[in-house]
Amino acid sequence: MEKIKLTIDGVPIRAKQGEKVLFAALDAGIYIPNLCAISGVRPHAGCRLCFVEIEGRPQPVTACTEEVAEGAIVHTDGPRIRRLQRTALELLLASHPIECKTCPANKHCELQNIASFLKVNLNTKRFRKKLRDLPVDDSHPDIILDPNMCVVCSKCIWACVEQRGIGALNYAFRGDRTIISAFGGDRLVDTRCDGCGLCAEVCPVGAISKNVKKST
Amino acid sequence: MKESAVKSPQETFERIQERALAEWDALSNSPKPRITIGTATCGRAAGALEVLKTFKEELAEKRVDAIITEVGCMGHCYAEPLVVITKPGLPPICYGYVTPGIAARLISDYILGNDPCPEFALGALEENELIPTIFDQPRFQYEKRILLARCGDIDPEDINQYIANGGYAALLKALGMAPQDIIEDITRSGLRGRGGAGFPTGDKWQICRDAPGTARYVICNADEGDPGAFMDRAILESDPHSVIEGMIIAGYAVGAAKGYIYVRIEYPLAVARVDTALRQSAELGLLGDDIMGHGFGFEIEVMRGSGAFVCGEETALIASLEGRRGWPWHRPPFPATEGLKNQPTLINNVKTLASVPPIIDRGAEWFANIGTPASKGTAVFALAGKVLNTGLIEIPMGTTLRKLIFEVGGGIPNGRKFKAVQIGGPSGGCLPESLLDLPIDFDSLTEAGAMMGSGGMVILDEDNCMVDTARYFLDFTRKESCGKCTFCRLGTAQMLDILEDITRGEGNPGDIALLEELAADIKGGALCGLGKTAPNPILTTLRYFHEEYEAHIAEKRCPAKVCPELTAFYILPVKCERSCDACVGSCPVEAIFSGKKGIKVIDQEKCVKCGSCVDACPPQYSAVIRISPVSELPPSEPRPPDKNGKD
Ligand SMILES: Cc1cc2nc3c(=O)[nH]c(=O)nc-3n(C[C@H](O)[C@H](O)[C@H](O)COP(=O)(O)O)c2cc1C
Ligand code: SF4
Ligand code: SF4
Ligand code: FES
Repeated sequence: MEKIKLTIDGVPIRAKQGEKVLFAALDAGIYIPNLCAISGVRPHAGCRLCFVEIEGRPQPVTACTEEVAEGAIVHTDGPRIRRLQRTALELLLASHPIECKTCPANKHCELQNIASFLKVNLNTKRFRKKLRDLPVDDSHPDIILDPNMCVVCSKCIWACVEQRGIGALNYAFRGDRTIISAFGGDRLVDTRCDGCGLCAEVCPVGAISKNVKKST
Repeated sequence: MKESAVKSPQETFERIQERALAEWDALSNSPKPRITIGTATCGRAAGALEVLKTFKEELAEKRVDAIITEVGCMGHCYAEPLVVITKPGLPPICYGYVTPGIAARLISDYILGNDPCPEFALGALEENELIPTIFDQPRFQYEKRILLARCGDIDPEDINQYIANGGYAALLKALGMAPQDIIEDITRSGLRGRGGAGFPTGDKWQICRDAPGTARYVICNADEGDPGAFMDRAILESDPHSVIEGMIIAGYAVGAAKGYIYVRIEYPLAVARVDTALRQSAELGLLGDDIMGHGFGFEIEVMRGSGAFVCGEETALIASLEGRRGWPWHRPPFPATEGLKNQPTLINNVKTLASVPPIIDRGAEWFANIGTPASKGTAVFALAGKVLNTGLIEIPMGTTLRKLIFEVGGGIPNGRKFKAVQIGGPSGGCLPESLLDLPIDFDSLTEAGAMMGSGGMVILDEDNCMVDTARYFLDFTRKESCGKCTFCRLGTAQMLDILEDITRGEGNPGDIALLEELAADIKGGALCGLGKTAPNPILTTLRYFHEEYEAHIAEKRCPAKVCPELTAFYILPVKCERSCDACVGSCPVEAIFSGKKGIKVIDQEKCVKCGSCVDACPPQYSAVIRISPVSELPPSEPRPPDKNGKD
């Protein structure tokens, strides 16, 4: 197939037709913050972290939704991009418990990575802390679901529903109360979950993790 | 009942039309008196069904032979229930605020007697020597009814009344045209989408027609989730065939065979009337296979939406139609190229579709001559709030806000002063007095920071607090945010917290700057239109009423004396009529006591700021006032330690 030629941060890049700018950049070793994108899947476009500027476009656009275009000139840095990214990250951090030491995702958490990339303090005080106090679902022998940590990236739903065809996980509520929960009830053990752990693998934070204590 | 397919569409339609006209003539020239009553949701809310019942009972009891017709919304919602009485040989007279008592009087005095009861009449509907016509009122000078032309005139449950008044003639004409020519007519008419954003309708139809696909769909967006907006409901309840006819023409133009009307579940009467209308048009062969023997087939299904505001957003609406979570998706792809079942899908608002038959019927040039260079045709608003004539109005685009509010709407009641007009609901903004000469069109409103939206318009006067108004709309968007994207899910909640603090007098000097930053980022960063426009009520109030924010934060003062934490109630001793104790009884928490010489005093510790005492104090005294900031409250005498004194 014909390759599309574009430039990202001055680097000439060749990408497959239909490829999204985000993955073209990541494949070329250029990092763009992202939480919700999955290669080849219709973009969820919910985290709003992957902003880039494309010359000729009046406003920053999300790289996970933007198809590569011949001759496009893309910038992944700049004041407008960083401002949107930092605000989005700070909003997420304001609603996220910063308990890294005890979190199963510590050191491989995307929020930690993005915060360090964007030079944002995990304990940023720009917005008020708005935490939820929902019960942790540890009913299942293999999987622990802590909805308080969830950043609503939808990757686990894709894993469980689209990839595995099991449908043990579902969204619940809406607005700022939106969370992931066990399908049809409140206990993962009562669903069709077979403990494969794909959801825990894709979860960018510590909201879904493998139940280390019980399974070892 | 279907007409035979061997006839041409023209002949088929003429037969249908002849019958409809004959029925309408019989009705109009009937020797019996005719009572027409508006029983749309607005009329029902005011008691139209009880009035209807009284008319029926009284007519039966008095053995009067009269015709009763139920019609839709006549637009004068402020004066509901509305009734029109037509006696043979006399002009039709419109009565407002009709109660069962007035209904009985109208029967005894006018239907049976000769007294037209002018004291209950809003006016006659034709020139005459008895009673001034309703058209003498200034609002009719500015109103132009295209979409509402038949609303309140015809029985929405009788297709023949629609046909007798010009209905389905545009469909016949359209079926005689090439689809491409129809699209060109729509483009030349300058019609722009009435769903809020004002996208050129002809362009959308063209994109949909040209997009490759195995099937095409037409969706009528009747989700209408803005609080206070009810234009689409009124049209579906009052003239459903106008929307159906527009959909069939749209289907023919873009090459679709199937349409959906997506109506919110809270609109049961609209759903019922649309169902009836669909059945009747199918019975006459105006809908279904082989319409009027032309060969073109189109069917329409009604889908009920869950009532979430976000489901009015087109990609969320389609997701919801497909049984998926009602979440918006990134565009492109736009529905016109990839929509329902991934096929090209034309999605238009109720009013956009209802504009189509008159354009086809009377020509693109006729429509293009109404309105402004960039916004053609008319705009329909649901006028509400502090304005005399609330209700549905239709004006040519380009009419100024001032004319709309003061001439058509009749101005602000109770001698109060106009403060702002909120246009476009939770996505729109609040415009001040200084912008009243702004013409109402898509681009002027957007430039001023508001939005045409889908037509809610609330008038605010000096007793409305602008910070509290912004808080009200933000509370709505926060609850209605679908939760998919970070900016809207978490950002609106943060902005609401800040606004709540400010209205409680707990605002900080940095709050305005933080609100401004956050609002700009949400506008630029959110995924869908809900989030992108959610900051508008804040941004416009900050822009035009900045001093009100400052007063709340710096002086703990609410200029409109609305925010309870910043306002105290006080009884002016010089005005209090000592022997009256109307306020004492009105207070739900016994905060008012009789002080020295019988002058009433409010115990500020106990007062819950409900305002009952303000309403209870007789107008000739008006002794209870509001004071803000609370620190300006004059010292009051302490409560005597008697029976009521202890807590
Ligand atoms: C949050 C949100 C709510 C909306 N609600 C409605 C609605 O209730 N009715 C409507 O016609 N369009 C609504 N829209 C606009 C639709 O997405 C779409 O643009 C419109 O139906 C297109 O029709 P038009 O071209 O005739 O305007 C909404 C958009 C957003 C972002
Ligand atoms: S649980 Fe994890 S993977 Fe699932 S939506 Fe939340 S953050 Fe994403
Ligand atoms: S802007 Fe709001 S309503 Fe729209 S996708 Fe984001 S969270 Fe959902
Ligand atoms: S990765 Fe693009 S919005 Fe989340």
